[in-house]
Amino acid sequence: MTPSGVLYIVVFFLVLLAVTKPLGLFMAHVYEGKRTFLHPLLRPLERLIYRLCGIREDSEQRWTQYAASLLAFSLVSFLFVYAIQRLQGFLPFNPMGFSTGHPPGNATPMTPDLAFNTAVSFMTNTNWQAYGGETTLSYFVQMLALTVQNFVSAAAGIAVAIALIRGFARKQMDTLGNFWVDLTRGTLYVMLPLCFVFAIFLCARGVPQTLEPYVKAKTLEGPTQTIAVGPVASQEAPKMLGTNGGGFFNANSAHPFENPTPLTNFMEILAILAISSGLTYTFGKMVGDTRQGWGLFAAMAVLFFAGVFVCYGSERAGNPILAHLGIETAAARGQPGGNMEGKEVRFGIASSALWATATTDASNGSVNSMHDSYTPLGGLIPMFNLQTDEVIFGGTGSGLYGILLYAVVGVFIAGLMVGRTPEYLGKKIEQKEVKMAMVAIIVTAFAILVFSALCSVAKFPAHGYWNPPGPATANLANDGPHGFSEILYAFSSASENNGSAFAGINVNTPWYNLLLGLAMLIGRFGFMLPALAIAGSLATKKKVPVTSGTLPTYGALWVGLLVATIVIVGALTFFPALSLGPIVEQFLMHQGKTFSMLIFPVWS
Amino acid sequence: MWKQLSISVRLVIVMTVLTGFLYPGIVTVLCQWLFPTTANGSLIRVNGRVVGSSLIGQNFTKPEYFHPRPSAAGGGYDASNSGGSNYGPTNQKLIDRVKNSIAEFRKANPDYKGPIPADLVTASASGLDPDISPASAEAQAPRVAQARGVPLGEINQLIRAHIKGRAAGFLGVPRVNVLELNLELDRQFGHR
Repeated sequence: MTPSGVLYIVVFFLVLLAVTKPLGLFMAHVYEGKRTFLHPLLRPLERLIYRLCGIREDSEQRWTQYAASLLAFSLVSFLFVYAIQRLQGFLPFNPMGFSTGHPPGNATPMTPDLAFNTAVSFMTNTNWQAYGGETTLSYFVQMLALTVQNFVSAAAGIAVAIALIRGFARKQMDTLGNFWVDLTRGTLYVMLPLCFVFAIFLCARGVPQTLEPYVKAKTLEGPTQTIAVGPVASQEAPKMLGTNGGGFFNANSAHPFENPTPLTNFMEILAILAISSGLTYTFGKMVGDTRQGWGLFAAMAVLFFAGVFVCYGSERAGNPILAHLGIETAAARGQPGGNMEGKEVRFGIASSALWATATTDASNGSVNSMHDSYTPLGGLIPMFNLQTDEVIFGGTGSGLYGILLYAVVGVFIAGLMVGRTPEYLGKKIEQKEVKMAMVAIIVTAFAILVFSALCSVAKFPAHGYWNPPGPATANLANDGPHGFSEILYAFSSASENNGSAFAGINVNTPWYNLLLGLAMLIGRFGFMLPALAIAGSLATKKKVPVTSGTLPTYGALWVGLLVATIVIVGALTFFPALSLGPIVEQFLMHQGKTFSMLIFPVWS
Repeated sequence: MWKQLSISVRLVIVMTVLTGFLYPGIVTVLCQWLFPTTANGSLIRVNGRVVGSSLIGQNFTKPEYFHPRPSAAGGGYDASNSGGSNYGPTNQKLIDRVKNSIAEFRKANPDYKGPIPADLVTASASGLDPDISPASAEAQAPRVAQARGVPLGEINQLIRAHIKGRAAGFLGVPRVNVLELNLELDRQFGHR
């Protein structure tokens, strides 16, 4: 590790720490309906939206109604995105002619299964890229389908987190607030102003924002280069801030037009974690004890540093097999060293490793380097982050309700150890809450492990409908344990609504599009609904007074307990699978073992 | 449930107008007005003709130009089809490709004897990396100088003038923009 690399990570964390309180306080005011400095501008718009949509601002919902609204909104969103994609050939803002009679030569057809996968993906805040942006989607789809979901799927996630916070904060009430109001406020007051400023900043630093067709350039040596452009800045901003992560371009934030400079890179990583970090403070504020929020923040910070330094260290050390060929692996003499396959020169090793860790700490899933080409240990960190349900700051909203479920499990374990009914924030944690928390954690683990196992053995006829390459393993770009890692990463990413990938795997076939879409739905609602059920149950309970026997849920003991719960649950569930993938590959790499191409024919 | 669905449909339409049409529309108008160069892709024109973008790498194979990194974007530096190789660290294809690049580099640059810089024979994530490290540029300097019949010192000076450094001690990695450097070569020593 180099001093500048370590400094990068430390400065990043300090800036994140600095934005947590102001952003968290602002969000607490927004969701408590207090007046903020943006109200003169946005309050009339908010009221107009309520009037147009028939929303009654002052009505409250029980947890079942709140969940029904969430499901209805998600269903309609899905149908909109699906329809717009399928109809893109007939819609405007399509200068390149995708899905028309004259598409570009390298265009990918918008099949029903690809449209399904992408619609589910953006509605669930996953933003998995089975599509390649610049070869598949018109500007109309990018703006009116994908950008919209970048806003509202993030706001829906925050709404669920706020409902769970209210469950802890309220006493003997049976309502949790109003989903429509929470969704509207999150979009209007939190996402929209931040994204507007961020998009302008990005464009100033080099991110394109145009509706013109792709540019044809005559290169210095003669051949023509077609340069894809588009309304990138306006999509990039909510993509980062709303932990969406679906790129305008196939290469995502590694593409120089999505992320042109070291400064945009720093700000984009910050944007991944800013809102989620702020929500820990919102939580503390709304439950009336900011120490509780900082307790969660501290546990997240411990896991963040552990992950980022293991990943950075491994990428810095590089690939010993390439080192034997005569490549410089130390950072010296004007070159970066380390494992530079799949990384950009302007970012180097440290900020690539930081991004890979942050994007999987959160449910963002954007990338500025290709995780598939990471060293096995470097790639293990993002994968383990996904599998522990992305609770290290986490997705917008999903990170907070995720870690609160782990907190429920944590106090339950502590309660078992001392033989006392567990409590959290003065609420007795009983059978129902623990059951629901375990359901959420088990359901996503089930989707990851069972679907990965299925794809490791599923056989299909070659050139058939379901999976034209043949067996499900024929879609891989790497053989040996790394091939298994590609499958395991894909289902970890989909089930946890992340969207990053070991992207060598070709997932644009009906089999993978549908199975991964199903994993996304299980991951989104298999986590949200139990969280809302817990919220509903907690809101009805009384507060029990704090006694000398109460476990304080802040301070070092609590942080240690929470960290241990997350790591132990994750390790117990996923160690066998991980040992077949990245762990064994790490040992083999150090022995110099390589794997030749797959025996199956590759379909394109 | 019908009431929920009816609110949902209306809200999705309102949000589509607001965040899918008005927001990107206003951002587009503002950016086209404030930052016309970057908003249109930071294009570089020579004699009125677009030769590329300062942010997007392009392929160079002639000895008188500096060469970029290997690219996995389409057939190589295809700026309408970005992407990395996605080769894992134990993939034989990665090892073969790197061996090949090293052999080609050694053959084309017989005067350079040092170790191979890590970025020069590895594919970038986007396949469109506009930069190489200063070491990768210096390793090619003797070849460029010889092909152009220019003293090596002048080429090295040009490289040094084009190095973008590390801001504030941590932000960014020292790098050289290949297209800008090659354009400067043509400007100073003539297009061949």
